[in-house]
Amino acid sequence: MEARNGRSAHGPGPAARGARHAVTESRVTLRVNDADHRVELEHSATLLEALREALGLTASQKGCDDGLCGTCTVLLEGRRVNSCLLLAVAQEGREIITVEGLVAADADDGRHPLRRAAEDRDVLRCAYCAPEQHRPATEAPAAGDAPGTSVVTEIDLPADAPVRLTADEVRDRLSGHLCRCGAYPNGAGAGQDVVV
Amino acid sequence: MKPISYVNPRTLKEAAAAHGGRPEARYLGGGTNLVDLMKLGVERPDILVDLTRLSLDAIEEQPDGSLRVGATARNSDLAAHRAVGEHYPVLAQALLSGSSGQLRNMATTAGNLLQRTRCGYFQDLSRPCNKRVPGSGCGAIEGVNREHAILGHSSHCVATHPSDLAVALAALDAVVELVGPGGVRSVPLTEFYRLPQDRPDLETVMRPGELVTAVLLPAAPAGCVSRYRKARDRAGYTFALASVAAVVRLERGVVRQVAVAFGGLAHRPWRARRTEAALLGTSPTPEAVERAVEAELADAVPLRHNAYKVELARGLAHEVLTSLTTRPGTT
Ligand SMILES: Cc1cc2nc3c(=O)[nH]c(=O)nc-3n(C[C@H](O)[C@H](O)[C@H](O)COP(=O)(O)OP(=O)(O)OC[C@H]3O[C@@H](n4cnc5c(N)ncnc54)[C@H](O)[C@@H]3O)c2cc1C
Ligand code: SF4
Ligand code: FES
Ligand code: FES
Repeated sequence: MEARNGRSAHGPGPAARGARHAVTESRVTLRVNDADHRVELEHSATLLEALREALGLTASQKGCDDGLCGTCTVLLEGRRVNSCLLLAVAQEGREIITVEGLVAADADDGRHPLRRAAEDRDVLRCAYCAPEQHRPATEAPAAGDAPGTSVVTEIDLPADAPVRLTADEVRDRLSGHLCRCGAYPNGAGAGQDVVV
Repeated sequence: MKPISYVNPRTLKEAAAAHGGRPEARYLGGGTNLVDLMKLGVERPDILVDLTRLSLDAIEEQPDGSLRVGATARNSDLAAHRAVGEHYPVLAQALLSGSSGQLRNMATTAGNLLQRTRCGYFQDLSRPCNKRVPGSGCGAIEGVNREHAILGHSSHCVATHPSDLAVALAALDAVVELVGPGGVRSVPLTEFYRLPQDRPDLETVMRPGELVTAVLLPAAPAGCVSRYRKARDRAGYTFALASVAAVVRLERGVVRQVAVAFGGLAHRPWRARRTEAALLGTSPTPEAVERAVEAELADAVPLRHNAYKVELARGLAHEVLTSLTTRPGTT
């Protein structure tokens, strides 16, 4: 385990000048789901490891640990990113939202609109990919991605044209998420339910 | 991963000092390639110098119409930038046809240009690879080389450069701005990457300790049209087997300016100068476009598993160039 809750404070923070040779861990503050967490981290720990192991936030899954599958997706400063390829120490102070954070911010009946759509459409099989698969579609038009961020449908549109979430568009936005059960068609449909 | 030091400098000077030009030091952008390679043991830095808090992420239109793209500008921001959509569509198309939404939100401009090859032997420590361990041999030349080079390769390395962005920038005559112990200098993107020759471990002309601060795009002349087209094993989220970027300006049907670059075929984005020379000053028919493309690809030397790339590249270039040279792109 590379990340753990730290009590013994030693070693300067990452911003400290001269924190160079041989110092291979630091105490940093991670801002996760609107709360600050002081943790002692190996510099080599990924954000995914820090979330799961130091903070006990296990909704973000380690699927491939390679940037391929998307099960580790979190929002960093409002944008979706793969937490398995980010070093935790480099994210000090940046706003991180995990699936746990999204659930906490749920709508009236306690279900995020996307979760409701996914349940209504009976999207999932094993649900390993569930926490992440259905995010990109909803986030895209809001804050998750800048507009004009897919090559599928927007390429000939003016940059300030509104995003059109066609089926192809939603599929392209979902392409960073692998579902080994192949639950894609209804996943894309659920994405459209929420945004269209 | 082995234990590492991490620094988060506030100025370029501090960054350069922390790096010190040591072979074990690495600059950190989005980390999407570097962290991956560190997990595999291919990269084993002892210190990471984080560049993402240096305010190098601006994308600025200059008074002369050129565009200055900061080294840490994210791929998603660059693709969505209004000036890019208006003046350099080939660039937005190249970026958006690469990786996934999540990765583009992390990946930086400089990191994208400096990402390492996706050659499977390079990533596998149990295999010989001259790029990873100079002198150890090349697993790919006699191995599985379906995804490897057909142009400019050597008996030491047949790897390709994986970046889509670099291909568009090659066609746009972009310039890379570097800062290092020797000061600031600018290198045209087409001269930034090396061919493998007998030193495939040296991929660019960067000097020890140098870092990329920006990429400069010359102003796009009025009436320019451009396109990027990429062929790959599935519709999305995977690297190019072959790709083409082209920028064309016509005047009354005559080609007054043309730049063509191939991706996925060589150790660097491959400017097709012969194709360009054959098209310049002409009003090409589809047959003439075919001959122009052939003039460049005649030199291709496919490996055991990638002869298909010649045909693929030919088809992509033909389609893109025909569409651009017959489109009314002029005033
Ligand atoms: C699953 C997957 C699919 C992908 N598909 C594609 C694709 O289809 N097309 C494509 O083009 N790419 C693709 N990529 C690659 C992706 O685009 C790169 O990983 C990314 O662009 C690298 O940028 P970064 O900022 O994360 O670089 P980093 O990983 O931070 O850095 C990469 C290298 O550049 C060096 N570096 C970074 N910044 C500087 C600087 N300013 N000066 C000097 N050195 C610097 C680092 O030391 C390191 O050696 C894919 C990646 C993954 C994981
Ligand atoms: S092609 Fe190049 S990168 Fe691949 S194994 Fe050979 S030397 Fe290494
Ligand atoms: S675990 Fe991060 S992308 Fe698969
Ligand atoms: S439902 Fe099983 S991995 Fe997606």
